Amino acid sequence: MGLKKNVESKIAAFSSDNLGLTCSVEKPFPYRIYPIGDQAITLDFGNLIKDEINAQVMALFYWLKEENLHGIKDIIPAYSTISLVYDAPMIRKWAGNGSVYQYMEQYLTNALQQLDLLALPSSRELRIPVCYHQSLAPDLMELCQEKQMDLDEFVSIHTAIPYRVYMIGFLPGFAYMGSLDERIMAPRKQTPRTHVAAGSVGIAGVQTGIYPFASPGGWQLIGQTPMTLFRANDDQPSLFQPGDLVQFESISIDQFYQLKNKAS
Amino acid sequence: MGVRVLKSGMADSLRDAGRFGFQHLGIPPGGAMDSVAMQVVNILVGNPIGAVVMEMHYPAPQLEFNSPALMALSGADFQATLDGVEIALNQPMLVPTGSVLKFNKPVSGARCYLSVKGGFEADEWLGSRTTNNFAVRGGYQGRNLQKADWVAFAKPFSYEVEEPAVMPWTANVRELYPQGPCYLIPGAEYELLDAASKQCLTHEPFQIATNSNRMGYRLQSAPMHLGEYKECLSSGVGFGTLQLLPDAQTILLMADHQTTAGYPRLGHVASVSLPSLAQLNAGDNIRFQLINMNTAESLYAAQEKHLRQLKNACNFRLQEYLSND
Repeated sequence: MGLKKNVESKIAAFSSDNLGLTCSVEKPFPYRIYPIGDQAITLDFGNLIKDEINAQVMALFYWLKEENLHGIKDIIPAYSTISLVYDAPMIRKWAGNGSVYQYMEQYLTNALQQLDLLALPSSRELRIPVCYHQSLAPDLMELCQEKQMDLDEFVSIHTAIPYRVYMIGFLPGFAYMGSLDERIMAPRKQTPRTHVAAGSVGIAGVQTGIYPFASPGGWQLIGQTPMTLFRANDDQPSLFQPGDLVQFESISIDQFYQLKNKAS
Repeated sequence: MGVRVLKSGMADSLRDAGRFGFQHLGIPPGGAMDSVAMQVVNILVGNPIGAVVMEMHYPAPQLEFNSPALMALSGADFQATLDGVEIALNQPMLVPTGSVLKFNKPVSGARCYLSVKGGFEADEWLGSRTTNNFAVRGGYQGRNLQKADWVAFAKPFSYEVEEPAVMPWTANVRELYPQGPCYLIPGAEYELLDAASKQCLTHEPFQIATNSNRMGYRLQSAPMHLGEYKECLSSGVGFGTLQLLPDAQTILLMADHQTTAGYPRLGHVASVSLPSLAQLNAGDNIRFQLINMNTAESLYAAQEKHLRQLKNACNFRLQEYLSND
């Protein structure tokens, strides 16, 4: 098939090492491929939150973006899966005798076989100011009490390490980050709030994230950032991109309102 | 040139085929719910199939044409009248300045689509003109239409029209909407359903609950359970994904769906069945029938072919009428 050859020539161009690449990705993890409809397909590395697996997802994401196969409408990376939304009638034109799905399955399998040749662009590092003041963190005191931890300790653990943006979903620009230190992990709220303020920093299980818009939400709220995370008028509307590294920095309530006023 | 909203409807918005290429940033496609009706109204007036149309629910708006237009309606039948005279769906029509389009009662279906030759003017955002109510972008100022809004035509219609005139041809849309069950492709967690739940999925009715909208249909049915509970990480979902919620009920994701979700995926509605699904109302029942991928693909290919044939036929007829087009 013409596909394989095309794939190889793209790889040659991509591995010419002029892209500021840093970490290379090892052999593929075990995976399975399944349909999510008759115009979408998912490659699944198992139900795991793991940096190496997510790095592989992102390697595949950039490879597929670069490849830019006509007929692929969306590429959605998640923790350990990548989903492709495609235009079946368009792909049909070069799918040969088999089904469009079989063609896409083969396409993904081929793409994955190239992964050990691939490398990822280095992660961007973003510093995000967060105010952990009680007035902006409705669940923080209760969490500290449950964990018999003082507030400063909780904050220092939450700000101790950078978090990886594993994926973006739920709302435009909502970044799913992790992994939390187990000392501060907490489950979702039993009953989700109907209103969570824009900029609220939440935690749920091993995950942490920020609500870019006011919305309903079920995560435990431990702080708020004054930054605007989603700017609809920008070409690149989401501040966070999958694969970013995010370092939270604790700020005072005064700093919060100063920055907030500056931002608006 | 355009239409004035004399009275707003329940949720009227400007839609195209959807905003693709940004789901990795959490931005949903959000195109027309019934993509067949969107294409049919565009085909009838000679537009590209994805030109901007008006999607209307019942109660639907009252619209006044402030210039002549070639228009068409398709999808739900809300008993439309032009200046008090009943007009048919799926038939292109010339309307003169000052005509008032009204919708009088919901007869069948859930969403009616209006096109005008040249399409409606709408804000572009990230490559599409469809409305994103959340980001308040695209469509008409990023929101649903309100009384007194002025919705302009994207291209002027340069014909003089003295009185309403129905074009003497009709699009036969019956074959574009499969009758009977809603076709479902089994999802990744389908096999984890216990035997009784599998039986339920294909033999019991699923009723659309009142808290259903463009984001998703909440369905009420006999409870379903996985034989073994599985916690899923969020991953990509789509228009038509059927998810099992913790309360043993299901939700069917529609055009404004989240880009990712973590509930077990029981199945995915085949593309060919999505337009029929989009025409259902709260209280209606859905019955699912499992089909395999080859069947789903060929049914969709047949639907697409039918639309292409309709387009060719309509363009031919239109050219006879609008000779300088």
